[in-house]
Amino acid sequence: MEFEGDNVLNDINARFDKGLVNMIIGKSGSGKTVLMKCIVGLLTPTSGEIMYDGHNFLALKTKELRRLRRDIGMLFQGSALFDSRTVLENVMFPLDMFSRKNSRERRKRAEFCLERVGLSDAANLYPSEISGGMMKRAAIARAISLNPKYLFCDEPNSGLDPKTSQLIDELIEDITKDFMMTTIVVSHDMNSVINIGDKVVFINEGVKEWEGTKSEVMDADNEKLNDFVFASDLFKKIKEAEDKISEDKKG
Amino acid sequence: MSFIGSIENVGLYALLMRRVLSVPDRMREFMKEFIKGVYQLGVNSIWIVVIISFFIGAVIVMQIALNVDSPMLPRFTVGVVSREIILLEFSSTIMCLILSGKVGSNVASEIGTMRITGQVDVLDIMGVNSANYLILPKVAAFVAFMPVLVIFSMFMGLFGGYVICLVLGTPSVETYIYGIQAFFRESFVWYSITKSMLFGFIIASVAGFFGYTVKGGALDVGKASTDSVVINSILILVTDLVFTQLAMG
Repeated sequence: MEFEGDNVLNDINARFDKGLVNMIIGKSGSGKTVLMKCIVGLLTPTSGEIMYDGHNFLALKTKELRRLRRDIGMLFQGSALFDSRTVLENVMFPLDMFSRKNSRERRKRAEFCLERVGLSDAANLYPSEISGGMMKRAAIARAISLNPKYLFCDEPNSGLDPKTSQLIDELIEDITKDFMMTTIVVSHDMNSVINIGDKVVFINEGVKEWEGTKSEVMDADNEKLNDFVFASDLFKKIKEAEDKISEDKKG
Repeated sequence: MSFIGSIENVGLYALLMRRVLSVPDRMREFMKEFIKGVYQLGVNSIWIVVIISFFIGAVIVMQIALNVDSPMLPRFTVGVVSREIILLEFSSTIMCLILSGKVGSNVASEIGTMRITGQVDVLDIMGVNSANYLILPKVAAFVAFMPVLVIFSMFMGLFGGYVICLVLGTPSVETYIYGIQAFFRESFVWYSITKSMLFGFIIASVAGFFGYTVKGGALDVGKASTDSVVINSILILVTDLVFTQLAMG
């Protein structure tokens, strides 16, 4: 993937599995959001293939592409709720556009999605009247309203306090398992990785450096990954404690 | 804006219009947005049209009464000339220049803000034709409501003249009313309405283009909004010249 002659992403090959929370992690500016935008079709890569259940996304015809897009739900970093619509209307929007259900059924589905994310009480409020965490939950409810197969989340915890971040993480994990979705989360928050990341892909300067499970992240021998993970004192201390325990066991 | 940049923008505008002028994904949603557009862009503009038209109409009559003061010309000429100015140019061209500021900046900033906050991306990811969904209802609503605004403007402009005649007494109200009815050609009203609908399309679509193609942050939305007003004003004046020559030349 190139921007004005600069290579932003290079030779990335990754597989994201159904029913799992797949995490793309990396430093700010490493190219993870660009990678996600390529996957959902907001940017077109200069070369390569993006496969959705065996179908090359980049080679699909307009009609097929539109059909596939209805299987994609996305949670943006800033939530991107429609300002002029209430929370309920936001969740109903994809249903109004694409569902063949009648008005009552569409409303019922939207209310179910809001209930699922714990936002039933905020249904008639506008985005400007709710908190950042509630906005994220509303955006998740909108993303799942059409029961998508694929859920993409771009920095779902940005700007949220640790407690709310954890709630959002748990919600993403629960929804992924409940609806058997393929979820891809872009994040630089290691707490999220440890909390919900079933599979982790580490990107550094536009290149895939490492791939594994969350349990392998702490023990990986990739220098760049270790630099990223243990940049936080908390994780450094956890690692030291783990090492000490294993040494004591050996002793 | 460089020359090459301007040429590039013309191409981008044409490509965007191809997406805008297509059949809406859901007619029900289009109608909802259309009605919202009629209220937001049309109904909310009535007050500014009424106020400006009233005062400009009054000033036009006052100026003509003062400057066309010759024994060679009958006094009802004030009414005739004022009516032709209001009908042919003021209520369509000048009013659209004013509306390009209000409506153009409104459309460009609304769509521009949606662009920079990712709301347009949300539509694209869902598979909605975002250009069509966001711009077409506004263009259709403004074009459809334009005749109402023009008629309001014409009426208020002539009424402003009537009030000034009532207050100043020169020319007399009877002479003024006779003047605005003398040698009346209905085709001028249709000409003015047609022209304003064309301007309405230009205002809403160009503002939509500038808003839709914003890149960056809040400052860029402000710049896009200003650019849309400037370009709209130029386009309205050039189109007025061409249209007048084609329709009346």
